[in-house]
Amino acid sequence: MKKILALSTALSAAAFAAQADVTVMSWGGAYGEAQTEAFVKPFIAATGKPTVMVDSDNPATPIKAMVESGNVTVDVASLEYADAIRLCDEGVLEPIDIASLPAGADGTPAADDFLAGAVTECGVSTDIWSNIFAYDTTKFPEGPKTVADFFDLEKFPGKRGLRKGAKAVLELALMGDGVPASEVYALLDTPEGVDRAFAKLDTIKDQVVWWEAGSQAPQLLADGEVAMTTAYNGRIFAAAMNEGKPFQIVWDGQIYENEMFVIPKGAPNMADALEFVKFATSTEGLRASAQQISYGPARKSSMKEEILFKDGKTVMAPHLPTAPENMGNALETSAPFWVDHDAELNERFQAWLAQ
Amino acid sequence: MTEAATPALLTTADGRPLKEALATAQARARRRALLLVLPLLAFVLLTFLIPIGYMLKRSVEHDGFSASAPELDAWFAANPGFDYANPPEEAYAALVKDLARMQEEKTTGIAGTRINYTVPGTISLFKGGARAAKDLQPPYKEALIALDAEWSSVKLWRGMEAASSKYTTEFYKVAADRKLTDEGWTRGGDKERIYLYLFFKTFLVSALITVICLLLAFPVAHLLAVLPMSKSSLLMILVLLPFWTSLLVRTTSWIALLQEQGILNNLLVWMGVVPDASRLQMMYNMTGTVVAMTHVLLPFMILPLYSVMRVIPPSYARAARSLGATSWTTFRRIYLPQTLPGIAAGSLLVFILAVGYYITPALVGGADGQLISNLISFHMSKSNWSLAAALAAMLLASILLLYWLYDRLIGIDRLKLG
Repeated sequence: MKKILALSTALSAAAFAAQADVTVMSWGGAYGEAQTEAFVKPFIAATGKPTVMVDSDNPATPIKAMVESGNVTVDVASLEYADAIRLCDEGVLEPIDIASLPAGADGTPAADDFLAGAVTECGVSTDIWSNIFAYDTTKFPEGPKTVADFFDLEKFPGKRGLRKGAKAVLELALMGDGVPASEVYALLDTPEGVDRAFAKLDTIKDQVVWWEAGSQAPQLLADGEVAMTTAYNGRIFAAAMNEGKPFQIVWDGQIYENEMFVIPKGAPNMADALEFVKFATSTEGLRASAQQISYGPARKSSMKEEILFKDGKTVMAPHLPTAPENMGNALETSAPFWVDHDAELNERFQAWLAQ
Repeated sequence: MTEAATPALLTTADGRPLKEALATAQARARRRALLLVLPLLAFVLLTFLIPIGYMLKRSVEHDGFSASAPELDAWFAANPGFDYANPPEEAYAALVKDLARMQEEKTTGIAGTRINYTVPGTISLFKGGARAAKDLQPPYKEALIALDAEWSSVKLWRGMEAASSKYTTEFYKVAADRKLTDEGWTRGGDKERIYLYLFFKTFLVSALITVICLLLAFPVAHLLAVLPMSKSSLLMILVLLPFWTSLLVRTTSWIALLQEQGILNNLLVWMGVVPDASRLQMMYNMTGTVVAMTHVLLPFMILPLYSVMRVIPPSYARAARSLGATSWTTFRRIYLPQTLPGIAAGSLLVFILAVGYYITPALVGGADGQLISNLISFHMSKSNWSLAAALAAMLLASILLLYWLYDRLIGIDRLKLG
């Protein structure tokens, strides 16, 4: 018996040692790489703490499952804004005190330095990203200019790529149908609005290729499987800059939001996790991230000086969702709306897909 | 005759009764056998029975609301059949107390999420109510309704009453395409019904795949069984090779082959069979699902068929032919009946695997190639585990029903897996 006990202790100690790394779960692809370069590697260099990055199509799903089953292996996760709020409400995430976050490089306290809404009860913004649509300039020399063009199969024939889910798709449909950004959520809150969004989607339904992982969107475009596709703006930027793809982003009708770092309840290395979040969301951390991929930093102090892409010459500002010239017809995702209606509208969306 | 009529008790060499000694020896052997299967038993229990039991429990149990709203639970229990359209002040008083408690214990999200499953839009209603609860003054009814008119919704009170018990059949109702309205549970609208249709579609597609698999596998298995050893082992490797390849690799190869800019389409365009503008759509739809799943599941049909065909003596067919049967009659009356156990086993295996298949339709199914398992996974990912469990339980029940039918019609003892 003693032998078994000793053996099992040794085994669990070994398992513990293997788990001592800070595990960060993000979205993979160009985004995961950017976060690895901007956060994970500098964090290892600064603190010497082994840190690893793991990928997921949407970290909200495994995080919830891990906490519910009591087997949490992730310390820090990158979640969409509405998911960070929803899971926080459900008690899946650790609260993070805004006062404990480092002040900006210029000394501004974190609470004033972060943009409004960028720090919530359980999450801290790592960047502001956007759902945009993009096309291949070799296919359309006179490309689409407005969100209405995305739904115009006569003027711009060809397949459309769309993210498989209700979020950002229904909003896009309404804006494509001529609804001003300011009225989208009020309309989507009514049954008529939802019907109108689905009716608009019906007009392109048989031309749609649905994608799920963020890296699929630029791939579909590169393969010529679609003529244009919705995507996370950073993925298109990365494909254009790093691989020289002839992709053009259409900012009209963009739907942007904060991406949040959160710490799941019961994270194995809670203290290190918090340290990592503080490190990553500092003025310098957010700047480093914006140098890697075209997502905007959520701290004012990070934008004081001009941010250059990692190639050392491309100015990032015009490529960020928050650039004034890109904000002409832009919609901020409504977190309260999606917290309430995510289940209902996704169910409806699935029913619509299967019909 | 003075000897006793009964024969003397048989004893072993050391004088113990033989019967007793035999029983001891057998018991020891049985214990040892049990010890040998114990790991398997524990494995099955741990990885199969407990999770399924847990899943079934999950489908009827959810304490998200009942655990965080004790006052309201008690009130509902004491006042069955109250007027949903006009709940009395006491109900609202209990609700406000519970809301204040939720705010304190940070359970608003959990309670709201539970009600949100049947009454969409309630999470922020609960959050708003909980934030304001401790400052509300009686009469609570007016105060709460002034805060948000939704608090007087008939549907909401119906939903809260149903959720005030830990055990519920609501998830099965949702899974049967029913919807909570002001009038109670009714059939969902045309645009919202999905689950029963998908169940039906899943079984239909699985049946189609089973039939295609059978048609493709039968000649291959026959060839495997009758070819000389050297050739048949080569063929066997060809059958098994894809079986050993990762499922993901096989599925993505189909994508590479069949997609619009894929190999097959390029070939057809190059040969001028189809014009470039109207390439065939063979992927991201039902065709893609059926093709890829048939390929993935084919070995499960070939192997049981082969194992049965291998032992059918060729002399039976020869005898039939020599007695004047045509080749068709020989096949139909002599060969086919003998392969039935293999056909039955293969079909059952392929059908049941196809019904629960998830990854292939998810990758190549696009919009209309989705099956019920994709919806189950969807609800797992959207963290409505109870609905996922209810759907899974319905799937399990329908498979058990089919298994029972199969047993009645064909007989499970005729199953031969190899």
